Amino acid sequence: MRKLLEKLDKVDRRIIYLLMALSVFLPLALRLNYPIPVGSGPSRDLFDTIDSLPAGSVVLMSYDYDPSTMPELQPMAVALTQHLFSRGHRILAMAFWPQGASLSQEALTAVGDSLGAVQYRDWVNLGYTVGAGVSIVRMGSSIRAVYPQDRDGTPCDSIPMLRHVQNLRDIDLVICLSAGDPGIHAWVMMAHDRFGVPVGGGCTAVSAPEFYTYLGTGQMVGLLGGLKGAADYETMVREGRENTPAGLATPGMAAQSIAHLVIMGFIVIGNITYLILHRRGRGEAR
Amino acid sequence: MRLFLPLLVTFLCGILMILHFFVPHRPISTLGDGLTEWYMIVASAAIFLGSANLIQVHVHRISTKARNWQYSPVVLGGFAAMMVAGLVWGLEENRPFDYMFQNMVVPMGATMFSLLAFFVASAAFRAFRASNWRATLLLTSAFIVMLGRVPLGGLIWKRIPEISEWMMQVPNMAGQRAVMIGAALGVVSTSLRMIFGIERSYLGGTD
Repeated sequence: MRKLLEKLDKVDRRIIYLLMALSVFLPLALRLNYPIPVGSGPSRDLFDTIDSLPAGSVVLMSYDYDPSTMPELQPMAVALTQHLFSRGHRILAMAFWPQGASLSQEALTAVGDSLGAVQYRDWVNLGYTVGAGVSIVRMGSSIRAVYPQDRDGTPCDSIPMLRHVQNLRDIDLVICLSAGDPGIHAWVMMAHDRFGVPVGGGCTAVSAPEFYTYLGTGQMVGLLGGLKGAADYETMVREGRENTPAGLATPGMAAQSIAHLVIMGFIVIGNITYLILHRRGRGEAR
Repeated sequence: MRLFLPLLVTFLCGILMILHFFVPHRPISTLGDGLTEWYMIVASAAIFLGSANLIQVHVHRISTKARNWQYSPVVLGGFAAMMVAGLVWGLEENRPFDYMFQNMVVPMGATMFSLLAFFVASAAFRAFRASNWRATLLLTSAFIVMLGRVPLGGLIWKRIPEISEWMMQVPNMAGQRAVMIGAALGVVSTSLRMIFGIERSYLGGTD
């Protein structure tokens, strides 16, 4: 028994990596599917907020992430875009992360084409800008001062959707998909606290805990945390709309479930070997 | 004069931005808006500075045959390819820039972040020990939150997601709020020290 524990204690890290890879790969390959119950919570709050907006509302989406966090945040972007277009809302997209501008274009064109949303009538992609908090302050008085033209070089003055959108006060809701800084903090501090625009968001699972303070104070209307938040949102978007194509996050939850169990298993094994070998060892040394 | 001018610029800009926050009327609003535009211009210029620095560092690594210098030509080649593709053919879909972004940058970026899962598993196995009651509390909380964030948790026991959400909304929020208030007070005090010229390390000096 002791030998087995000693072997486990010194297990090669490549075995851990292999088991981890299998725990992600197999559920995806076998198309394992677990039901995703969505109770009340920050995901539901964001969904209900968007549902309660009058049709034709202008929602600003800030894509503040890059390809490294795309597996968690892009499914949120797609599900939110589906929900917004299906409710008849219009999307004003922008990014404080350079690569976010391309990722937003991908989500908008893919979902827009499938739901019949038209560029410049239903959505505009303003592209990337620098400055974060400072740019938001400037957008509070004039969006055109920060974005005289959109990502494709079309002057904002000639875009029909922006005819009545001059500054942040003309925006009905801001949704920031954030992988770090700049991101949700800047939008809450400037857009909500200074200009009174409701702010919702989505973020990676590791950064979700820091934004719960904003939910508690009402500075955020809702939050999607990690792949779970994205899967929650996909489930809610598909409720009663079976024609909506399946999202990317829901199949990923099976892989994440198994991966979490594997990590927990490693922690349990590590602690058993620690308690039996090392603690006893220390006791014997005394 | 070399010290006085930057301190004066910092003082004037700092005071103006504070006034801009509280006074939404002319001439403060006009001056504040102008400053924010200046900030964006300066921040944009930093992109060129960063590019120049990237080239300088990697050219130096190649010329001196520094450790792992073989990676530097790849960096410079990738940088040049993306820049030329963007400048010559534009950023629109189905152009070379978009093709390289979707088929090279996106998978490579996602791969780098995905490696974290392997390191987390290995580190958790070797370092996450219930060595005292505080570590045991952390371990228990981690287990509940990890199970609560996946559908399996609810299948094991339907109360697990609820307990996980409670932990996020009560103990976690209390701790995060304390951290945030502490950090905010630190930002306020450091900003005031900079505006009034007490904190001068940003000028490059030691005092």
